[in-house]
Amino acid sequence: MTQAQAEAAAAAQATGDELLVVDHLEKYFPITRGIVFQKEVAAVKAVDGVSFSLREGETLGVVGESGCGKSTMARCILKLLEPTGGRVLYRGQDITKLSRAEMRPFRREMMMIFQDPYASLNPRKRVGFIVAEALQVHKLGTDAEIKRRVQELLEVVGLNPEHYNRFPHEFSGGQRQRIGVARALAVNPKLIVCDEPVSALDVSVQAQILNLLKDLQRDFGLTYVFIAHDLNVVRHISDRVMVMYLGQVVEHAYRDELYTAPKHPYTGALLSAVPVPDPEIGRNRKRIVLEGDVPSPINPPNACRFHPRCPRFVEGRCDVEEPELVNRGGPSTHVAKCHYPLERWPLSEEDMRRAPAGV
Amino acid sequence: MALLEVNDLKTYFRTDDGVVRAVDGVSFKVDKGQTLGIVGESGSGKSVTCLTIMGLNPRRTAMTTGHAMWKGEDLLTAKASRLREIRGNEIAMIFQDPMTSLNPVHKIGDQLAEAMRLHEDVSRRQARKRGLDLLKAVGIPRADRRIDDYPHQFSGGMRQRVMIAMALINNPDLLIADEPTTALDVTTQAQILTLIERLQHEFGSAVIMITHDLGVVAEIADDVVVMYAAEIAEQGTTDQIFKSPHHPYTWGLMGSLPRLDQNVERLVQIQGQPPSLLRPPPGCRFHPRCPYVMQVCKEVDPELSPAGDDPTHLQACHLDEETKKREAAKLLAGMMAEAS
Repeated sequence: MTQAQAEAAAAAQATGDELLVVDHLEKYFPITRGIVFQKEVAAVKAVDGVSFSLREGETLGVVGESGCGKSTMARCILKLLEPTGGRVLYRGQDITKLSRAEMRPFRREMMMIFQDPYASLNPRKRVGFIVAEALQVHKLGTDAEIKRRVQELLEVVGLNPEHYNRFPHEFSGGQRQRIGVARALAVNPKLIVCDEPVSALDVSVQAQILNLLKDLQRDFGLTYVFIAHDLNVVRHISDRVMVMYLGQVVEHAYRDELYTAPKHPYTGALLSAVPVPDPEIGRNRKRIVLEGDVPSPINPPNACRFHPRCPRFVEGRCDVEEPELVNRGGPSTHVAKCHYPLERWPLSEEDMRRAPAGV
Repeated sequence: MALLEVNDLKTYFRTDDGVVRAVDGVSFKVDKGQTLGIVGESGSGKSVTCLTIMGLNPRRTAMTTGHAMWKGEDLLTAKASRLREIRGNEIAMIFQDPMTSLNPVHKIGDQLAEAMRLHEDVSRRQARKRGLDLLKAVGIPRADRRIDDYPHQFSGGMRQRVMIAMALINNPDLLIADEPTTALDVTTQAQILTLIERLQHEFGSAVIMITHDLGVVAEIADDVVVMYAAEIAEQGTTDQIFKSPHHPYTWGLMGSLPRLDQNVERLVQIQGQPPSLLRPPPGCRFHPRCPYVMQVCKEVDPELSPAGDDPTHLQACHLDEETKKREAAKLLAGMMAEAS
């Protein structure tokens, strides 16, 4: 861990009222060769040193292209995957080393909503069972109480409580996602990790689910980690936004700072790539088009991982020295991992390609 | 004469539960070099419209009426052999899912060459050369080596480019793109949209872009058709649709989009679900979800009629012009209260 990151993490912990602190989280998937003697030949560095903290009632948005490690990070936070390194603190307690049994009380506090409402509900179970399962596992009440609670939950998420006995296939995509939300809410969690909860839905249904998530946050004081690749959606729901690239955080700031004054060229490129539903703006706007795909996380580029695709790449600096995730102008809470941050926004592609100041 | 003129197109499917009216009286036209955007929710009939034009519906269950005039020739009554000549040659289609629309057991170079050799009498070598040129044109790095790769060796964005290259190999006059960027990241989407625009410039092709993303439509379409429950709710130029939307469904679609350039506390949501096309609601099909519903909406199906005095801007809604102007202005000012 670099000095700056250590300080940032320490500062985050100092205030003491964080619900969740993620400290230099790492998840490497080994690549092995051989059948009997499996020799590790390389590792996919899916998450490589991610740190952040989250206060109660806050929403952290996480964005990045597919393959940047967003979902792996989410699964590591909930210990659905065992992290390779780093710590996850929930209310100040390190949960990364806990056994399954020790973890159980924490499972009631943190829940997940999954991306695909078609794949995340068991097609052979009735909706009532799916939503009640967590209650039964944690032995929260008698059968009658659980049934009442489930019907109440279905009502909270905007479904008809009488649909208790139906199967998932009888519902549309948006309704299924509501079942997923009801299931996550069943045990009164504090933290909900949403992994692309609306990307499989139509825009009109997407709006219904986003409004629902916002209402639930207000009513139950929920804390969200909200993962999405749609920057519009993330802007709508988040208090703070974290941009990930190849397993690392490249920029982290309060929502308005990030969207009005991005510092990292990757954030700039992402923002400029989003189509705007306004023909006048759309036609006159220049997209900053990134060349190529995300490089392989097995063998990520040296130094700054974004340098092979970066429009402001400076030879001899960006490919030699890894930038730190520190404040690059603007409010001190705004950090970016770049040697040559953007001076202003919006920036045309020509301006962006022009040699950054001081080279 | 328009390049493609679709007139009162209806496609019904016979199913065990009854007749599904997947497309119910759709008309539009596309001129040379123009881009038409078709927007709507899943199941609104966008894709079926295009599959019908291409003659790709299952023959046993689909019933089609209406006309689809392609350069003066009706595609709906054309012989299968004639359709095969047109498909992939004069009209090409990019399918939604690049993962499943390429053949996994053939090299992409061979698949590209096949698309060309079906329509033109060229040697293998010539077809391969043309395939290579197109792979370069769509921005596949090291195309001379990648041409001998299999589809699984490409990422999603790269496969979609291969699909585009394949669609363009015979210089089609019309390119139908069915949600070409839905499965992709924004950065890749930007690359693909830029590419389609550039190729349209170079080859002068017309494009029909099917999408549910109003942002994509605003950026690349000249004309827009908004479809709801197998019918056209509103159609007009992109500026007409975005600057003075006339149909409550269009308002709902626009209001439900989170915007990058503004903070909105609550999104406008369209209540409920799209109706079943087995038994569509009587009167206006949008009325069960419409916040402005009146008695007449439940009884009389509104005709697609000019909005105001502009004959190019059509809409199907009973609301009076005054109310529409006022509500559209409110929406555009971002002040529209939640439609409930």
